[in-house]
Amino acid sequence: MPQRAFLATEPLIRWGWIWDHLEEIRTQTVEHFILTGIAVGIGFAIAMGLSIVALRFRRTYGPVTWVTGVLYTIPSLALFAFLVPYTGLSTLTAEIGLVSYTLLILVRNIVAGIDGVSPAVREAAVGMGYGRARLFLEIELPLALPVIVAGLRIATVTVVGLVTVTSIIGQGGLGLFILDGLRRDFYTPLIVGSVLSVALAVVIDVALAGLEWLLSPWSRARTAG
Amino acid sequence: MDLLADVLAWFTDPDNWQGSAGIPNRTLEHMRLSALATAVAAAVAVPSGVLLGHSGRGGLIAVAVVNIGRAIPSFAIIALALPFSIRAGLGIGFWPTFLALVLLALPPIFTNSFTAVRSVGAEVVEAARGMGMREREVLFGIELPLGGPLILTGIRVAAVQVVATATLGALVGWGGLGRYIIDGFSVQDNVRVFAGALLVAALAILTDVVFGVMERILFAAAGLRGRRAPARMEHPA
Repeated sequence: MPQRAFLATEPLIRWGWIWDHLEEIRTQTVEHFILTGIAVGIGFAIAMGLSIVALRFRRTYGPVTWVTGVLYTIPSLALFAFLVPYTGLSTLTAEIGLVSYTLLILVRNIVAGIDGVSPAVREAAVGMGYGRARLFLEIELPLALPVIVAGLRIATVTVVGLVTVTSIIGQGGLGLFILDGLRRDFYTPLIVGSVLSVALAVVIDVALAGLEWLLSPWSRARTAG
Repeated sequence: MDLLADVLAWFTDPDNWQGSAGIPNRTLEHMRLSALATAVAAAVAVPSGVLLGHSGRGGLIAVAVVNIGRAIPSFAIIALALPFSIRAGLGIGFWPTFLALVLLALPPIFTNSFTAVRSVGAEVVEAARGMGMREREVLFGIELPLGGPLILTGIRVAAVQVVATATLGALVGWGGLGRYIIDGFSVQDNVRVFAGALLVAALAILTDVVFGVMERILFAAAGLRGRRAPARMEHPA
């Protein structure tokens, strides 16, 4: 960023700019949503695989959370920077980074959710002739869903925030406006990008909270009663 | 690996170890600002979290703080701090980065301090009162020592996040290790980008490890380490 021309007199919001860029704002919001969705989707699939391994072979749980924990601790910009020499300023780079941040949260919640299933329930299912796979798919997973969805909520909100950073490695999404605002010393896009990314996180969080509520009728019955 | 050889060459180049853009100075800048921001946030958030937890009120505030803290991207906080810093006459560089980092560190420290005091068993507090302890003694003699590990965990989470986010300070005109990454990107110098990423990642992990060791030293003797809650769920930056 060359000379700093930001003036104290520059208004925080120029409504005219927003009006002129409605179409682009819409496009980038959708792009942000898509980048988030891909990351959480792939992250969930990988986390599910890791969790199944960790549940089956307990000894692997420690190493799995250690590795995903280290990934979680690496600053996002640094993680993207590590990947750029190999995968370039690409969506792939962004997604690899984003996915790696979902893993720790998701694995912890999936494992905790399944561990939380009461042994009595499990025993009853086995007594009724459920095999390992059916026990997992039809009993354990549905009962663990609220905890898993709680993990999905945290992971998704986290990713929405991190997608803003991917603008620095040339990706789209709302971070583009923030970066544009910083580069051109222009408040309006900076504020639009920031406010909309927060709004997007809140909307997705509330939607997933609703899903969590729908998926756990038993806890609903308890709070109602 | 050509790149790794170049990165190694970058690290062994004496030019990169001198002056204001050298590794020692950038690292020191990064550490100083991170420590300052975390300390200021802790000075505000620990007392308020502890007092609110002690009073038994404010559960809703705590939940709200967690959710707000989680929803605001750190990049957005840093970017938003810029116009306000300029309008307040504080300029670019240090102040917007510092303000953003403090704001970012407040939620995890506050909620962990609140939870730490709140999760001390009611029967323990009752027993202390029954023995004739006054409120102040209950707070300083019972709740704070028992909640200590969790409070420290909150500061640890915040510190790691601050070190990570300070990287983005380079976008609002500040120095620190983020400069290597941001400047490297703008001149398409992958070696500098990669070297900067190594330094930042190492510093973040080192911060986490140092706090881990601190927790162990401070609380192992008291046998309190079992009380570490799964509080590392703040978002990375």
